[in-house]
Amino acid sequence: MSAPQITPLNAFHRRHGGRMVDFAGWDMPVQYRSILEEHKAVRQRAGLFDVSHMGEADVKGPEALKFLQRLVSNDCSKLFPGRVLYTVMCYPNGGVVDDLLVYMRGPDDYFLCINAGNITKDIAWMQEQAKAFNCTVTDRSADYGQLAVQGPLAVGIVQILTNSDLAGIKYYHFADGEVAGVKCIISRTGYTGEDGVELYCAAGDVEKLAEAVLAAGVPLGLELAGLGARDSLRLEAGFPLYGHEITQDISPLTAGLGWVVKFDKGPFVGSDVLAAEKAKGPAKKIVFFKTGDRRIIRAESSVLDASGATVGRVVSGTLSPILNEAIGSALVEAAAATQPLAVDVRGTKLNLQLVKPPFVPLKKS
Amino acid sequence: MSNIPADLRYAKSHEWVKLAADGTALVGITDYAQNSLGDITFVQLPKVGAALKAGETFGVVESVKAASDVYAPVAGTVLEVNQALDANPEKVNASPYADGWMLKLQVADAAAVAALLDAAGYAAVIG
Repeated sequence: MSAPQITPLNAFHRRHGGRMVDFAGWDMPVQYRSILEEHKAVRQRAGLFDVSHMGEADVKGPEALKFLQRLVSNDCSKLFPGRVLYTVMCYPNGGVVDDLLVYMRGPDDYFLCINAGNITKDIAWMQEQAKAFNCTVTDRSADYGQLAVQGPLAVGIVQILTNSDLAGIKYYHFADGEVAGVKCIISRTGYTGEDGVELYCAAGDVEKLAEAVLAAGVPLGLELAGLGARDSLRLEAGFPLYGHEITQDISPLTAGLGWVVKFDKGPFVGSDVLAAEKAKGPAKKIVFFKTGDRRIIRAESSVLDASGATVGRVVSGTLSPILNEAIGSALVEAAAATQPLAVDVRGTKLNLQLVKPPFVPLKKS
Repeated sequence: MSNIPADLRYAKSHEWVKLAADGTALVGITDYAQNSLGDITFVQLPKVGAALKAGETFGVVESVKAASDVYAPVAGTVLEVNQALDANPEKVNASPYADGWMLKLQVADAAAVAALLDAAGYAAVIG
């Protein structure tokens, strides 16, 4: 097994007490102080996450848009410079290669953010698909560091460090700027359901940026937050995680991401299979649940119907620190999704209460 | 560094025992164990009156990361369980040797407690 990869903030994490774990081949902090406290800090104040392990790619050339329209399911023609789009890219069978953000910098110039564990696979897939188009896909993952500053106080904290008008950058928009003297792409995006920014900068500058955000934010209640809180925050918000709610075997329609699948824009990879799936109705669906109990329902637990038959499996499960009860998501047979469902936790049957996420009220920018 | 009080005895499976003069004993999990588990979210304990064998699973400690069995370090009968952990399992994180205790046992054989690891022996186990 090869040694895990490190982000430019590895020494920063160790200096600040990060508890390091292997995550998708990356040596990353799962927590600093307490996952539950970091989660609450993000919901109530602000949290700083190192997301430098995420991948980035440039897509450039006269047919960049034409290529992206073929590659991804959402409609990139709706983009304009400064706008960000959430989408998935699919295999021909409708399964998901990855979910990603597409940033439009100019008519021939796009910037993508992809999942850390999928970088090699995604770049190879995209470069293969790009062969038919007059454009290039360049892996920029090693060039960028990335921070996520999330929570109701996040924008105010970063505003201390920049002359850019952050309030003037709307949700899912971005601008180039300087934060703490570091050149950044300032993006009003995030993965927690809270207000905030994601900052992309040169890998060599990200430690300086992180220390500056920490220094500005800690007096206001900002905390360092690790991957543990990132996962519970995204699940509480009802956001999918690649490898859980979406995989190469779970289509965006099955995952409830029909809103990023735009059939009217013309064909894209997987669109014929997805159109057939939509017409017929997905055979399975991702549902979100809570239990009224604190026992965490772990991924891969069997989901049972009233007769005790297995009708699905849990794909994500955690404790919502805000609701103080277990929450999760499961992939179940579509016909079962309207029936009473339960899981067995070490001999205790817990009924699943299906809910439409988010599990807690979230800030909408 | 983990806190390993000198007046307790320890099992390799990371439980501690505090024996009283009357033959009863408190049982919990060590500072090292709570720290390794991270945020504890649920503690499942046995019924009062249960007879436990040494090494037998008596409950489950769940953290955000994992669910872990906990084992009876010595044989005994459960006299009391720490019901405060139902609502506040995080007491095990905050105070593993005091407020976070789990069981009060009527110990079957006090000599079995003495045969468990002392603080130095447990320190060697956790390296």
